[in-house]
Amino acid sequence: MVTLHHYLVVSAALFALGVIGVMIRRNLIVVLMCLELMLNAVNLSFVAFSHYLGSLEGQVFVLFVMVVAAAEVAVGLAIAVAVFRQKGSIDVNDVNLMKW
Amino acid sequence: MIDLVWLIPVFPVIGFLINGLIGRGFPERVIGWIGSLSVGTSFVLAILIFSELLGMDAGSRSREVVVYTWMLSGKLNVPIGFLVDPLSMVMMLVVSGVGFIIHVYSIGYMHGELGFRRFFAYLNLFVFSMLMLVAANNFLLMFVGWEGVGLCSYLLIGYYYEKKSASDAGKKAFVVNRIGDFGFLLGMFLIFTTFGTFSFTEVFAAAPGKLPAGGLLITGITLLLFVGATGKSAQLPLYTWLPDAMEGPTPVSALIHAATMVTAGVYMVSRCSVLYAMAPVSMTVVAVIGGATAFYAATIGITQFDIKRVLAYSTISQLGYMFMACGVGAFASGIFHLMTHAFFKALLFLAAGSVMHALSGELDMRNMGALRKKVPYTHMTYLFGTLAIAGIIPFAGFFSKDEILFYSFERHVGFWILGAVAALMTSFYMFRSVFLTFYGESRVTPEAARHLHESPPIMTVPLMILAFLSLVGGLVGIPIFEGLNRIGDFLKPVFAPAQAIINGAAQQAHAAVSHGAEAHHNVGLELLLMGVSLAVAIAGLLLARRMYITEPSRPDKIIEEWKGVHTLVYNKYWVDELYDFLFVNSIVNFSRFLWKRFDDLVIDGIVNGVAEVTRWFGAGLRRVQSGLVKDYALSILFGVLLVVAYLVLR
Amino acid sequence: MIPIPAINLGSILPALILCAAGLVVLAVGLFVRRGAVTVAALISLVGIVLAFMTNSPLRALNAEAFSGLVAADSFCWFLNILILIAVGLTVLISAKYLADEGMALPEYFVLLLFCAAGMMFMVSGNHILVIFIGLETLSISVYVLAGIHPAIPRSQESALKYLLLGAFSSGLFLYGAALLYGSAGSLALPALAKYFQAGSTSLMAKAGMGLLLIGFGFKVAAVPFHMWTPDVYEGAPTPITAFMSVGVKAAAFAAFVRVFFDSLAALQVNWSQILWVLALVTMILGNLAALVQDNIKRMLAYSSIAHAGYILVGMVAGHTEGTSALLYYLLAYTFTNMGAFGVVALVGRKGEANNMIDDYRGLAKLHPLLAVTMAIFLFSLAGVPPTAGFVGKFTIFSAAVKEGYVGLVIVGVLTSAISVYYYFRVVMKMYMEAPATEPQALHFGPAVVVGLLIAAVGVLYIGIFPITYLDLAAKSVMPLF
Repeated sequence: MVTLHHYLVVSAALFALGVIGVMIRRNLIVVLMCLELMLNAVNLSFVAFSHYLGSLEGQVFVLFVMVVAAAEVAVGLAIAVAVFRQKGSIDVNDVNLMKW
Repeated sequence: MIDLVWLIPVFPVIGFLINGLIGRGFPERVIGWIGSLSVGTSFVLAILIFSELLGMDAGSRSREVVVYTWMLSGKLNVPIGFLVDPLSMVMMLVVSGVGFIIHVYSIGYMHGELGFRRFFAYLNLFVFSMLMLVAANNFLLMFVGWEGVGLCSYLLIGYYYEKKSASDAGKKAFVVNRIGDFGFLLGMFLIFTTFGTFSFTEVFAAAPGKLPAGGLLITGITLLLFVGATGKSAQLPLYTWLPDAMEGPTPVSALIHAATMVTAGVYMVSRCSVLYAMAPVSMTVVAVIGGATAFYAATIGITQFDIKRVLAYSTISQLGYMFMACGVGAFASGIFHLMTHAFFKALLFLAAGSVMHALSGELDMRNMGALRKKVPYTHMTYLFGTLAIAGIIPFAGFFSKDEILFYSFERHVGFWILGAVAALMTSFYMFRSVFLTFYGESRVTPEAARHLHESPPIMTVPLMILAFLSLVGGLVGIPIFEGLNRIGDFLKPVFAPAQAIINGAAQQAHAAVSHGAEAHHNVGLELLLMGVSLAVAIAGLLLARRMYITEPSRPDKIIEEWKGVHTLVYNKYWVDELYDFLFVNSIVNFSRFLWKRFDDLVIDGIVNGVAEVTRWFGAGLRRVQSGLVKDYALSILFGVLLVVAYLVLR
Repeated sequence: MIPIPAINLGSILPALILCAAGLVVLAVGLFVRRGAVTVAALISLVGIVLAFMTNSPLRALNAEAFSGLVAADSFCWFLNILILIAVGLTVLISAKYLADEGMALPEYFVLLLFCAAGMMFMVSGNHILVIFIGLETLSISVYVLAGIHPAIPRSQESALKYLLLGAFSSGLFLYGAALLYGSAGSLALPALAKYFQAGSTSLMAKAGMGLLLIGFGFKVAAVPFHMWTPDVYEGAPTPITAFMSVGVKAAAFAAFVRVFFDSLAALQVNWSQILWVLALVTMILGNLAALVQDNIKRMLAYSSIAHAGYILVGMVAGHTEGTSALLYYLLAYTFTNMGAFGVVALVGRKGEANNMIDDYRGLAKLHPLLAVTMAIFLFSLAGVPPTAGFVGKFTIFSAAVKEGYVGLVIVGVLTSAISVYYYFRVVMKMYMEAPATEPQALHFGPAVVVGLLIAAVGVLYIGIFPITYLDLAAKSVMPLF
């Protein structure tokens, strides 16, 4: 029997993976993908809650989150292109001009 | 008109403001006359108020005019108020009148000085402070004036501030005054805690009832106030600043250090006559110090060659007379002598200034001589002043000094002896100065001789006015004949309460018939003493004549014979050096220690140390920002864990 | 017939006007060749003024609109005004900046206007969804604006860092929202309030609340979520930095206050303790790190963090006094920071070459009025009377003391004292050091001058006559309690 808990655990696991990915991965594109992963994990739990609580609010929320995620990624990739044009690299650790 | 008394100090302030703030481009004449006329207007107003006062009934000649409530806090109520009574009236007239004359003289004397405007501004400020001092109706306001005159004295002594000796003298004057002021302040505080008010009328009315006569508290208060007086009026032991103060321009010496500021102590003691009457011990102290100072300063005056120094020591000595008068209960005599002294001492200083002006700044009498024909007006007026100070009838000094000597004799013959010997010495050294300066052989240096000229009228006319006053000024205080002692009668109501206390005490001491008060005083004794005073004065004149005219070599021979004593006296008993050794050096060294060791190392160390530690923390925190996104994300995660853990576990 | 829910456009009219203005500018940008920037700026200003005018009715209201999604009350009114002032001053400052840098981009103004509209939604949201959408709208616009300068590498770097970290924290925020949704069954603020007031909140709800707090904490630059602030503020074009430091902070704090005081009030005991710690470390770190900075933008960034700390003290104090003090502080902060960054934009010159503190040496000799204005802003940041910054700090600290948080206030005052050093260091350099050997000329445009003047006058006026504004702030927070 698949209960709410299963969904929540999966969602948490995906979220955690996304978080770790953002922190560890060096390729900018992969980082963006991890961010997407995080957002989608949240979407998963929203839908799960929505189903098990019998309210549609969660699903509505998911639609909006998807829109926002898309916009964010679009902007993120645009900025990645700009950074690449300038540095020639999309290694996140190279973006280090400003420190301290 | 009496209600306008507050304008009297205001006119000099206006002069100060105009000259000080706006007068930058004004020509000398304008500045000088603005300064003089502001004081002159005060004098005219004082005359008007004086005549109004005269029109009032003798017993009720005392009015308080309150202009503004300055401080009001709990029990403390200090107004800006003025007390118009015979005592303050006399003082106001003297200060504004003599002040006006000296201002006019200064227009000529200070001609060509770069700091002309500064001089007149400060002088006006001084007159304002002095008028506040004498007209105030409460201790605190009087103290404001007291400090103000001290400040102006400092500013004007150090007028030639580029000269080290002048600026040092200014500092010395201020510091020594401050020591006296410390005593004055303590006295004032005691008055406030005892009576709850600073107002003169309230304190003097309450005192006889509230405190036991001769008690510790009243003696303490009066002695502390007197400490202030010794500082301001240059008595033993706080007199050392006055001779040095001669570094200032001569009109300053005349106005501040002869006629007015130094008399503030005498005024203060007279004003508090009721308090002093209640403390016989203090009165004795005042009289002893006054007499001793009169004697002591006169001895030094005999040996000095700087003409202004002679006059300075003479001032100290004459102030001693005034205090001695107060100390024996003759307050009115003290004030009378204050007035005549203002006339002739100002005259002497201004005339000395005229001599210096004629000789292009020469001060040393050893470089003068035979000036009688060259500067006739100066000579004549200086002579008048000398006759007055020596006490030769009918000049002013005779009457006032004689009165003091009479009352001193009545009190205790020891005081009379001090006074008489001092009078002999006074006459001697004053005529010595006359003969050295104006008679005998000329010892003037060639350069000075070339420019030798009499002073312009703007300087000689004030001299003549003062000379006239020195001649007739004493006539308001003729003794013996009923009704001719105008000034004594005028001042009587002011000192009546004190007199009553003294008589009351005297009655207790001598159960027999009172013999103190004026009504039945011993006419025969007085005439005898008058004769003795006159004889003493003439003896001094003759002695001086012998030393410096007929046998000019005599002085040197005497100095040879009494070498040790002479060196002692000539070096002013080495008192300055003693003070330096005892007090000044130790304080300066301690201050230096505090500066170098404590302030630099400890205090700066702590403050800078705190700043360094903070900066060190800042630098440390700065390093945390590595610039890498992953580290930033890590920090966020770290926060997440903490927050969620806290929330979940609580 | 499908029942159509009530649509009350009037309640969101200011935001709509700004969106419309943005669209107009976008269209105009397509057709106008030369002078596009000036036209765009003018249209933006017109839009802002119109939005101002339509904002007034909100003052008297205390209602919900769009079936409870949006609130229309005096709280919105006050914050809308703050946002409009921020955008307006940014537009004024930007015009010259864009011309100097050679960026003929009308899109700049489009993004500004959309960002402002997003802020307005965030501020008036009565449902987590609306708040989230407002948050994202403003965030994405700001990511782009931060990186909009084509010639400065730092600009791109700042945009990247902001985006990555912003998305990260948005993800956390969303997860928190999800958890709350799961516990409460709805994300409308009133529904959340009812859930939390019922007591017995689940662990999930508490965790969700915590994550929500972190999401907001990121946006307002509270420690330890602050690390993006120095880099992003330093790298972004200066007018955008100004806008970010003021507008984003105001909007974020507004939503923060609304959510936590309105709906999560029941758990105030818990989250106010967390905020206490956050306020403490934020004030300390912000001020200490600013001490050692050489770049003025970075220094002002750390100072921004420190001010966020002070504002958090206001949140800790809570109740009407704390929150009204908070609102007043935001108002003072708006004028002050916009002015300070405006001066920085001016002095920075072409290519933002002169952003070191040493570049301010001798400014008083060269441009005395500019130096005076900068001094006014620095004094206000330091909290020196009679500026608005002083009154703001005073009110916030008094509110905190009244609630008993004396320790926090002591730290606040001490760190304020430390902050005087780095603010006055600039003043000292301006007035007491000789200028660099060959100072380049500063170009003053009319718009910048007007903008700086408004800011300076605002700072002084609000500081000298604060009572009206304090009252306004107090009345504006009433709907929340």
